[in-house]
Amino acid sequence: MSKRVGLEASHAAAEAARMADVDVIAAYPITPQTHIPERLAEMVADGELNAAYIPVDSEHSAMSTCLGAAAVGARTFTATAGPGLEYMHNVLYVASSMRLPVVMTVANRALSAPLSIWGDHSDAMGSRDTGWIQIFCQNSQEAFDMTLCAFRVGEDPGVLLPVMVHFDGFHLTHVTEPVILPEQEEVDRFLPKFHYPFALDPDKPMSLGAFAPPDIYPEAKIAQEMALRKSKTVIIQEFQQFGDIFGRYYQPVELYGMQSAKTLLLTMGSFSETAKIAIDTKKNNGESVGLINLRLWRPFPSKELFQAIKSTEVLVVFDRCISFGGPGGPVSSEVRSTLYNEKEKPKVVNFIGGLGGRDMSVEDFEYVIDRGREIAEKGSDELFETVGIRGEVTGTRG
Amino acid sequence: MKEKSIKFGKNLVTTEEFLAAGHSFCTGCGEVLAVRLACKALGRNVIIANATGCIEVCTSPLPVTSWRVPWIHTLFENVAATASGIEAGLKILTKKGRVPERDIKCVAIAGDGGTSDIGIQALSGAFERNHDFLYLCFDNEAYMNTGIQRSSATPYGASTTTAPAGKLSIGQTTWKKNLPEIAVAHNIPYIATACPSYPFDLMNKVKKGGDVKGPAYVHIFSPCPTGWRHASDLAIEIGRLAVETGIFPLYEVENGRYKLNIDRPKLRPMKSMPNSRPRPPVLQLDFF
Repeated sequence: MSKRVGLEASHAAAEAARMADVDVIAAYPITPQTHIPERLAEMVADGELNAAYIPVDSEHSAMSTCLGAAAVGARTFTATAGPGLEYMHNVLYVASSMRLPVVMTVANRALSAPLSIWGDHSDAMGSRDTGWIQIFCQNSQEAFDMTLCAFRVGEDPGVLLPVMVHFDGFHLTHVTEPVILPEQEEVDRFLPKFHYPFALDPDKPMSLGAFAPPDIYPEAKIAQEMALRKSKTVIIQEFQQFGDIFGRYYQPVELYGMQSAKTLLLTMGSFSETAKIAIDTKKNNGESVGLINLRLWRPFPSKELFQAIKSTEVLVVFDRCISFGGPGGPVSSEVRSTLYNEKEKPKVVNFIGGLGGRDMSVEDFEYVIDRGREIAEKGSDELFETVGIRGEVTGTRG
Repeated sequence: MKEKSIKFGKNLVTTEEFLAAGHSFCTGCGEVLAVRLACKALGRNVIIANATGCIEVCTSPLPVTSWRVPWIHTLFENVAATASGIEAGLKILTKKGRVPERDIKCVAIAGDGGTSDIGIQALSGAFERNHDFLYLCFDNEAYMNTGIQRSSATPYGASTTTAPAGKLSIGQTTWKKNLPEIAVAHNIPYIATACPSYPFDLMNKVKKGGDVKGPAYVHIFSPCPTGWRHASDLAIEIGRLAVETGIFPLYEVENGRYKLNIDRPKLRPMKSMPNSRPRPPVLQLDFF
């Protein structure tokens, strides 16, 4: 029998790693990720989890240690946040390029300066080209579920890629919510033992991580890109499998409300739940609105996204990150790029907000929808507008 | 650590090669000779983690490899952390019965820059956490793979491409960072210095470092004809002179106890060192 318990997202992710019977955890403390390694260290100390817990000297060493452990065939887990993710940036590319399926929780945090320990998506967006699978969670239950799915997908012999599970710092990491924990037997049914086909072994010597001259490098990178793109099929398949066993079904792109809504709001992470309340309020007022929760960020689910938004009139994209000097927030840039060659497409309006832990209320999202519709109707020279930020802001196309 | 682990000598070295011929090291390289000897001392049951540098680049250009033992390269600055993961991973998988019980030695190899500059944090962490691994630093006293740039292991007075001797400079104005002593400060069970000019001594030390439980560090003086601008037939002679002049003493520190391995009653004078190690002719060695 599964049981319903109160857990913060951090402990839910740690619980998922425990039920996945991880072999090696290498982690370095950084707010707001700390509760995850703390809980895992406690489990190892109490004998609840038979794993090596390695308290490394930095995030760079955390990911490097994970590479070594994964290369001998260990199921490997780590967690970090914001500046920690940036500090291991170099190593992230190696993990995906060497096809080492490390699973990492990212407790999304803003980047310095000024120093901020609070949440936004700058860290996740800075990692979008590293070749990792990136999945966003809305709540503690999803933190548990997506962590299990991350192991299942990443370790699939046809995938062998590292996976980042994102949940918002503080808004999720430190908030206790009801979580349904499954039986170990169910987890074992979903997640087989990890068998890494290229494990370092003196009986079968292999050279891993060799260098590539120009006559080999491009082919290697394109092969990696194809593997990441193809992983989407496995992700969808494993979400289905997860639902069949645990009763909770997920999609790369999730629609809340009417398929035929005239205005759709697109959000990621924990703010999607706040935005849903705004959608409900507006629907009760008779407005034709809906919400797109973008769960899968990499590989970018272009096809699924287009299917979900093609018949709407206005798409309001909410970004929790600035792409400095870029054509709008990173999510809106990619959404606009997805739509550019389509004949029938909605007008896209971009808002940036929720930076460095600044809260977004239900009313803020109602404003975003109203203002978004207004901009779509009247047109605007701005690439984006901000919400809840003092002072004059212009994001002109100039 | 007893004398039993000392076993190499004439006719007692395996003829098996774990580093295959056909690599692309420079002619007369002291480093590759040291790597080859170290591999013979370690045998087949090893996993080698390699930092970026000459050794990595000269042994692994895709689609070929020189390695007959399992080998991994990830980055420049993190080899001690990668080795930590290999060691901890193998240990827990063995404990869980997923890998058969077996003595597999985890060995990290890097150059002096990868050890004393960019990799020192990861190395210090791995020592402090007491991983059961052997770290081999091949010290050619500068960033030779990128073109002879100074490192913190470059000796005083040496001329390198980023600390060149000139009208206003003698070249390197700082003293060589003492990595073996930094290793000693971590209270690890075994530290040694070695040089391929003394092949049996080198192999014994590598073997000992591999056998010891816990972290071990062997710092290997590796003459570099390209970087030191010496003739390609002089690597052995220069290595021997470095030891005999006291520039690079050969010693071991076992559980905190020092032992000088080559103890000449009288050191040879510095001027017997040929004008090598990236050093401008104007300096000569009588500068010292």
